[in-house]
Amino acid sequence: MLEIKNLHVKLEEEDKVILKGVDLTVESGKVHAIMGPNGSGKSTLSYVLSGKDGYEVTDGEASLLGEDILEMEPEERAAAGLFLAFQYPVEIPGVGNMTFLRTAVNAQRKARGQEEMNATEFLKEVRARAKDLKIDADMLKRPVNVGFSGGEKKRNEILQMAMLEPKMCILDETDSGLDVDAMKLVAEGVNALRDEGRGFLVITHYQRLLDHIKPDVVHIMANGRIVKTGGPELALEVENNGYADILAEVA
Amino acid sequence: MALAPVTAILTPRKQEATEARLAAMTMPAGGWSDAARQDAVARVRAMGLPGARDEYWKYTKPEGFVDVQAQAAAVFQSDEAPMFDELDRLKIVFVDGVFDADASDDLALEGVSIDRLAEAADIHWAKDLYGVLEERGQDPVQRPLASLNTAYATDGILIHVTGKPSKPINLIYRHASEQSDAILHHVIKVDAGAEATILENGPAASRFNKCMEVDVADTGRLHHVRAQGRDHERRAITHIFARLGTESTFKSFTLTVNGVMTRNECVLELTGDDAEAHVAGACMGDGNFHHDDTVFVTHDAVNCESRQVFKKVLRNGATGVFQGKILVKEGAQKTDGYQISQSLLLDDDSQFLAKPELEIYADDVACSHGSTSGAIDEDGLFYLRARGVPRGMAEDLMTIAFIAEAVQEIENEDIQEQINNRVAGWLERRRG
Repeated sequence: MLEIKNLHVKLEEEDKVILKGVDLTVESGKVHAIMGPNGSGKSTLSYVLSGKDGYEVTDGEASLLGEDILEMEPEERAAAGLFLAFQYPVEIPGVGNMTFLRTAVNAQRKARGQEEMNATEFLKEVRARAKDLKIDADMLKRPVNVGFSGGEKKRNEILQMAMLEPKMCILDETDSGLDVDAMKLVAEGVNALRDEGRGFLVITHYQRLLDHIKPDVVHIMANGRIVKTGGPELALEVENNGYADILAEVA
Repeated sequence: MALAPVTAILTPRKQEATEARLAAMTMPAGGWSDAARQDAVARVRAMGLPGARDEYWKYTKPEGFVDVQAQAAAVFQSDEAPMFDELDRLKIVFVDGVFDADASDDLALEGVSIDRLAEAADIHWAKDLYGVLEERGQDPVQRPLASLNTAYATDGILIHVTGKPSKPINLIYRHASEQSDAILHHVIKVDAGAEATILENGPAASRFNKCMEVDVADTGRLHHVRAQGRDHERRAITHIFARLGTESTFKSFTLTVNGVMTRNECVLELTGDDAEAHVAGACMGDGNFHHDDTVFVTHDAVNCESRQVFKKVLRNGATGVFQGKILVKEGAQKTDGYQISQSLLLDDDSQFLAKPELEIYADDVACSHGSTSGAIDEDGLFYLRARGVPRGMAEDLMTIAFIAEAVQEIENEDIQEQINNRVAGWLERRRG
């Protein structure tokens, strides 16, 4: 599904290298988790994959379903099936959440040569999905993320994911700013989308999200590289002992 | 009470330009309005027409409005349906400033009486208002082009709202001749408890001087929405003078797209307690587009609310101007005044000039003002694109979102949507 080889990335504006050779393959139907200390490059990886400005790929490659994505515009990556659930979802005053969702769904459909969803069909779909995530009609009407609580923003991300039905989902610290109940709700939303035809990359600091979204593979990232890969037990090890032992071990 | 003076000196040069313009004009025989017209022309002579050195005209060149000859302006050709076409409304059509009876509906509607300025009988209710509110609006800032209008207006509509008419009254302006120079003067009087909506749309002429006097009695409500025509080379100077009584409401929104030179002045006077005045505008322009919103709100009663919300989208070297003032007079306690003017600069060549002012002589008031200039928010843009919205479309969405605060000042949501659609069309055409 997602294949990253020897990815090197620096900041465009300053001479700072952030990713120093990331190798990672997420298979279809699997959930991979990336854990790592602050500043290890986890969020940068998610931004580079989704096409945010400000980063320069100096070496390596990344492909989605065999297609090189690094040369694509962000919207082309999205249409190809990539989805990033933002750590900090952006507020857009003046754009209604519904308008935003429908524009996005139909833009992707159009880009893929599919028929656009009509208003009735869309409304039915969005209402059903929103209900599962306990998103009420008022939240759908309000401007995108404006005045949303931390939990509401993250639920809104999952709603978008559910509506867009991407192939490859990257969740960037989706648990940050969530209380236990909200985290469970979000995890349920993610789990409902787990599917043979879909891959997940879950970026998190803490093991607790992984109690709810059970990963198949756990990677530890440090200093711009994946330094260790293992099963779910690796997350527990981090939870119990911190990163110090693992980092000392691979140093 | 010492008000900050706005300097406008009657120089010999201004005097000469004024006399030249007056000499080239013919005052229509106005019957009941004759005296007001004579007074107005005397005001024009006393003030002189605006000159480039006047402080109030620092950011906008007045010559195009003052010159004897109006500059030619090509007629804009478009297959886009005119604004408000889908609404049930009473149509009143002016072509190059001349009333078009065939294109207009009967001037009859329950809850309102409508007359033409050029035809109104000799004893007329508008006598108490014609030129009166305009004259009140000359202090403390001179607005000679409005007096010029009062003196020389060839026609206009006199609307007396006595009830709640079932549909809006739509003044439709059509531009047919490249050399047209039109002066229209409307008077609207809203009785106590009455409520109406006035719509205006279309480019009136190559050069248009329009004045609208509005008197809203206690508990009356008037909604005003206009879309100024898209002809690229047209020029317009417009004035609204509104006086609001106790618990009355006046809401005005203006959309301006294109036009080489537009100045919309709005002078609001809150004279009764608990009155509410909202004036908003959104404009979209590129190239040699110059758009000026000049607003003066006077609070002269207790517990009144005023809002000024102006948004400008500028590209390819366009210029936007905002001069907005809230004056809170002595005793006008519990005033709630809000003023925001913002520009979205789509490139480095465009500019926005803003002069927000507050002058407050009461001690228990809440007045806020803000002014910003900026580009499209990159984070928002990336967020939309990451969801699959193509760049151009994402920029358009962000642009429409930018003007939303102004558009939402319109109470009628159907009209809001029409304004947004019009803006979306404008943006789309520029994306090619």
